[in-house]
Amino acid sequence: MSHKPLLEFTDKGIYCAKGKFYIDPWQPVDDAVITHAHADHAYVGHKRYLAHHLSREVLYYRLGEIQLQTIEYGETVMKNGVQISMFPAGHVIGSAQIRVESQGEVWVVSGDYKVEDDGVCAPFEPVKCNHFISECTFGMPIYKWKSQANIFADVNNWWQTNVQNNLATVIVGYSLGKAQRILQNLDLSIGKVYTHGVIENTNEALRRNGIVLQPTERITADSVKDEVRKGIIIAPPSSVGTPWMRKFGPYSFGYCSGWMAIRGAKRRRAADRGFVMSDHADWDGLVSAIDATGCDSVYLTHGSTASFSRYLREIGFDAHEVHTLYGGEEEEAPPQPSPGGRELEEEGLKVSPPGGDLEGAEGVI
Amino acid sequence: MKAFAQMFTSLDETNKTNEKVKVLKDYFNCVPDTDKMHMLALFSGRKPKRQINSTFFRLWAIEAANIPAWLFEESYHIVGDLAETVALLLPDHENSSNKTLTEWIAEINGLNNLPEVEKHNWLLQSWAMLNAQERFVFNKVLTGSFRVGVSQNLVIKALADVAGLDAATLTHRLMGNWMPETYQYEELVHSDTALEDVSRPYPFFLAYPVQETSEKQKTPEAMQTLLGNANEWQAEWKWDGIRAQLIKREGEIFIWSRGEDLATDKFPELHPFLHHLPDGTVIDGEILSFRNGLPLPFAILQTRIGRKTLSKKILEESPVALIAYDCLEYNGEDIRYKTQTERRQLLEGLQASTPYPNVFNISSLITFNSWDELAEIREKSRAMVAEGIMLKRKDAHYQVGRRRGDWWKWKIDPLSVDAVMIYAQKGHGRRADLYTDYTFAVWDGDKLVPFAKAYSGLTDTEINKVDAFVKRNTIEKFGPVRTVKPELVFEIGFEGINKSSRHKSGVALRFPRILRWRHDKPKEEADTIETLKALLGE
Repeated sequence: MSHKPLLEFTDKGIYCAKGKFYIDPWQPVDDAVITHAHADHAYVGHKRYLAHHLSREVLYYRLGEIQLQTIEYGETVMKNGVQISMFPAGHVIGSAQIRVESQGEVWVVSGDYKVEDDGVCAPFEPVKCNHFISECTFGMPIYKWKSQANIFADVNNWWQTNVQNNLATVIVGYSLGKAQRILQNLDLSIGKVYTHGVIENTNEALRRNGIVLQPTERITADSVKDEVRKGIIIAPPSSVGTPWMRKFGPYSFGYCSGWMAIRGAKRRRAADRGFVMSDHADWDGLVSAIDATGCDSVYLTHGSTASFSRYLREIGFDAHEVHTLYGGEEEEAPPQPSPGGRELEEEGLKVSPPGGDLEGAEGVI
Repeated sequence: MKAFAQMFTSLDETNKTNEKVKVLKDYFNCVPDTDKMHMLALFSGRKPKRQINSTFFRLWAIEAANIPAWLFEESYHIVGDLAETVALLLPDHENSSNKTLTEWIAEINGLNNLPEVEKHNWLLQSWAMLNAQERFVFNKVLTGSFRVGVSQNLVIKALADVAGLDAATLTHRLMGNWMPETYQYEELVHSDTALEDVSRPYPFFLAYPVQETSEKQKTPEAMQTLLGNANEWQAEWKWDGIRAQLIKREGEIFIWSRGEDLATDKFPELHPFLHHLPDGTVIDGEILSFRNGLPLPFAILQTRIGRKTLSKKILEESPVALIAYDCLEYNGEDIRYKTQTERRQLLEGLQASTPYPNVFNISSLITFNSWDELAEIREKSRAMVAEGIMLKRKDAHYQVGRRRGDWWKWKIDPLSVDAVMIYAQKGHGRRADLYTDYTFAVWDGDKLVPFAKAYSGLTDTEINKVDAFVKRNTIEKFGPVRTVKPELVFEIGFEGINKSSRHKSGVALRFPRILRWRHDKPKEEADTIETLKALLGE
């Protein structure tokens, strides 16, 4: 290459030397552009943050007092002569692909994304670019998602059956993204929706941000067990098997995650029901999304990077594996003890930000 | 296949035993009788003969999935189950098959001797007819790896409820040589028409361990609490060979292994004594290699297990004999209802009148007056080439399966060494996509030599930690195997050790497993090859 590329991979994160900013850095920097508010992409300790409007309240809630500028999808800001703009990534509310342009060279950083419209966050938009930096969490052909209408029909049926059998219903998904996607697709004619505290905190942050969510009720010490039993409880992965969850027993416990596609993974979590549902693109989604960018080169940051980049090269892409601290297989943090005293069984367990995230188990699911 | 696939989905959707039994009962209640028999056959290890070998199965799956072969293999390593991998990789569609399980199995059996191209076409057409869940169970039936989260016991319990029989009776009627094509459900459930099969063995009675793990040693006081007075118990050595049931009926002889394999031909040395037994005799015992009247370690017996033909050399180097434990049928009468002591007397009578006492041994009784005394005797197990001590309540009946209460095994502590993990591989089933299969090494000078593989012994939490370590400390990848930075030390337990020319370390272990993770030990303090070799003894 005759000139220095516009973006490079450093030990602090993805870096734009010309614009003097980082994208989703994991070490403290002056200027951080944030794709979305999950713990492995939005760390504390940077001087200035740039993110999408709809990430604002969640970032404040999670990171505290930060200096934050937010923009709309399609809006452009200039930093040291480099154009930065954001496009929907369809991952979670407020998630954005970051487009960076200078002198006709265009890079896009996907952050995490899915291509199916979940009806909750702005749907993924392919963005033409020369260089595409993509995740590939589920970059294996065994991962193929069914449409969410199918899955939620199953979820609602399961809930209904539990109510008939006088079982409490606990559905597990991480607190930013999966929780709202579940919430918005529940059939509230069956019953009320109850939330674990960390999920309700995120819901409240999103509501402050102007997002309209279905009604929820935070579970407190005063919640009446018999009432809760008729409803559905949305809980974070870290609550699985804790005394908090056990006090609602007998319950049926459903786990919403892309990893549920594999029987072994489901059995390991001892979930009664595994709903194969992910906020990441499946195999076909990844291949079509990358193809749609018309990129010259693609860089895979996390997930099945080795296999997926090899496959892309075989079908004619200039594909590269790069190492980042996002939640790919190679970079998982060892499980941390949860407040309930039990180890988290998350595979998708991520590096926690230095400030500590309440869930500890945010991420890749 | 719809009902069969649906049953699997429902079994997967619950972790509660009662729920699983209900699912199985619902299945039995809604399918034709022939399907019931095929289902029983699959769950009791009577799989249809494999008609499409693994190589072709993979090859044609790769073709149907339209992906590169390497990607198929990598997918397999993540899923950890071939049938499931193929089910996931093939294009999805909404087709569903109305054929019954019986019809599918008949088609599979009909492939026998068909040319390869016809098998190929049949397989691709079949896959195209099935949805993902049906494909998964279809592949399971076809590849004959039928281990799917529910035990044979549970299946029998469910059917016993449906048929109004007790589980022990049904278990017995499902033993031995039957084929789902010829054994009718009506015959199975109606005692007067139950298939008359001279070869049919009784279900084995299995002992329960006195101590769950070697770390929780039972003191003589604890034995008193658990089992009561020592004088109510009969004690024998626990021999380490092949548990077997030997049958003489209507002039014919049969030898069954515990896995319900008919192994009569594998042990010609035992035939003369069996032929000499009176008709209507069934003996339970252990087959071991013997030399000069003394049992040899299991490793010697292993050299002849699995051989299709027994050469003269093998028969000379590793001759077998029986150590008889029990008598289950006497004069054509099922005597399992008699007490341990009564059955023992009948067994002793049989053994006393054999002209082949070198081959028909009897498990000698250990004389002891207290648990203290027995605990001391137990220490001599290894010298006896025994695994420990068996305890049988003197008034015990011969029961079905592994039961707490009347038969106990009190094994000796395993041998152990501290070893360093050097390779890791992903597991299967519940442990798919996790590094759970490890190779361990000990020091030979400044080099680490691998000497054992172990899969079990860690808790789920520990496995997650080791998995994370492996992912972060991989030095090299060879296919599914990762060379790992040597750092983690584990205590490896095993039941026996023998010389081996096939292993780099020069030793082969019996039942190696992880006893515990030695967080306290740096790798430099792991054991050496000399330590291992010293355990070889003699």
